[in-house]
Amino acid sequence: MKRFIGFVTKEFYHIFRDKRSMFILFGMPIAQIMLFGFAITNEINNVNIAILDYSKDTETQKIINKISASPYFHIEQEIDSETQIESIFKKGKVKAVLVFQNQFIKDLQTKKQAKVQVITDATDPNIANTITNYINAILQNYMQEANKNNQVSYQIHSQTQLYYNPELKSVFTFVPGVMTIILMLVSAMMTSISITREKELGTMEVLLVSPLNPLQVILGKVFPYIFLSVINAIVILTLGVFVFAMPIQGSLFLLAFESILFIVTALSLGILISTVANSQQTAMMLSLMGLMLPVIILSGFIFPLSSMPLPLQIISNIIPAKWFIIIIKAIMLKGASISIIWKETLILIGMTVFFIALSIKKYKIRLE
Amino acid sequence: MNQEKIISVQNLSKKFGDFTAVNNISFEVNRGEIFGFLGANGAGKTTAMKMLIGISKPSSGEATVAGFDVKTNSEMVKKSIGYMSQKFSMYDDLTIKENITFFGGIYGLSKSQIKEKTSKLIAELQLEEVANKLVGSLPLGWKQKLAFSVALLHEPKIVFLDEPTGGVDPITRRQFWEMIYAEAHKGTTLFVTTHYMDEAEYCDRVSIMVEGHIEALDTPKNLKTQFNVDSMNEVFLKLARNIE
Repeated sequence: MKRFIGFVTKEFYHIFRDKRSMFILFGMPIAQIMLFGFAITNEINNVNIAILDYSKDTETQKIINKISASPYFHIEQEIDSETQIESIFKKGKVKAVLVFQNQFIKDLQTKKQAKVQVITDATDPNIANTITNYINAILQNYMQEANKNNQVSYQIHSQTQLYYNPELKSVFTFVPGVMTIILMLVSAMMTSISITREKELGTMEVLLVSPLNPLQVILGKVFPYIFLSVINAIVILTLGVFVFAMPIQGSLFLLAFESILFIVTALSLGILISTVANSQQTAMMLSLMGLMLPVIILSGFIFPLSSMPLPLQIISNIIPAKWFIIIIKAIMLKGASISIIWKETLILIGMTVFFIALSIKKYKIRLE
Repeated sequence: MNQEKIISVQNLSKKFGDFTAVNNISFEVNRGEIFGFLGANGAGKTTAMKMLIGISKPSSGEATVAGFDVKTNSEMVKKSIGYMSQKFSMYDDLTIKENITFFGGIYGLSKSQIKEKTSKLIAELQLEEVANKLVGSLPLGWKQKLAFSVALLHEPKIVFLDEPTGGVDPITRRQFWEMIYAEAHKGTTLFVTTHYMDEAEYCDRVSIMVEGHIEALDTPKNLKTQFNVDSMNEVFLKLARNIE
């Protein structure tokens, strides 16, 4: 035990004195979660819009009130004619203009339908698209409420057909995804690099000649990374919960257990890589190409698996990250208990056992 | 001289598939001896040494080191030996003191022992001023001397030195060999592989490996007489040519 503590102490010196390691360990999770959470988001917040209301009746005022009450839009100004639209877009003050036709309320009452035009600044097509969808959603919502109270139903038409799912908040898929990437990166890449570094420097030989047995050496090397990965997971979840208001519906204990399980899976992959790679560079390339890319592309984190061709869907089953993302999404968003995710958990455990067994076999061959 | 056998090797072989790296070698090393283990690159000396230090399993044959069988009791072998490898084998990003503490720790020395040894070692090597500096900042020669001292930390009966003086200047090499002599004088056995034939002259006995076999084994003086030459370098060349 005393030897083990000495070994782990030395490992922490390595990590804390290496700026690159420190950056990957602590800078990256925070940077990534902030980037994904804030920058690369499909959501809009407090977007400035303008109103061009030719009708100025009670109905349009209600709709305007509803829009301005939503957190997504801020009514920057009201304009009087279409000629002004281009100039305010050019100034970049507003992203969209809402145009209510003349005699809006009258059309609603007599023809049972009226038109709203949503003109968006499409220099950023994604945002424009999102704005249209959001406004449509608000209109739809308004219509439903109005039709509930009225005997006669009427319709408000807007340019685009609407589809909006208020449950689909992008940050809720990014937090589990980023957590998976970071844990994979820290656990697999960092351990494989740190083990191959000893090989490269020749110190591994010295360690193997010492009375420490190989198992102790490997455990001593991976232990600090388990510890740091757990801290990372806590940081990411804390940011997710407090900065992005991500819910944790399920049990924290189960979440912790599954996270540690995934960390061990990733570590066993890292060890496996280090039995194959003889230099830090090889280890890094293997981790990046063999682990990171599949994690990003085939785990369902960014690209939905269901829309992939069948062969890729099949391949995705061997990616541990896919199962972990399913697990944490189920725990955090749906409040799932172990009875729901036992299958995914067993798959992760099975993979871990397989990787460790394979590493031991490879390791023995090398020693012969 | 005390003729206690501290290493004894009989018909030791190591095969990698069809390739025989070490072919049926036998020799003995006496306690307190400086034993030179020479051979060209690829002659099998590193493979042979790996079997003796317990990190490679022999394909056939017997070997005991410090009285323990390398096949069945490699844990005890490892406890009884010190090892310093061809590549520099300390951590550049740890200070001198931290390196000593770490290596003392993995050989199971107690805290007080480590403390005592550290101050003694630093005083002997005159490293007081740099004791808290990172090893990476030291010149290679100092590192090598430090690595040797660290290999001796747990007072092993035998120290294996794998090309310990690779890449250092002649003065440091000379000082290094003085350290080796001093250690041998205390009764420690030193098993040294080297490329430098002038270093071979400093050894008590020398074995020369060629293509997996031990082609010659005797004192440098006897070998020179036997081959009728003036230096170990010529002995080495003659042996190598005979094979061709």
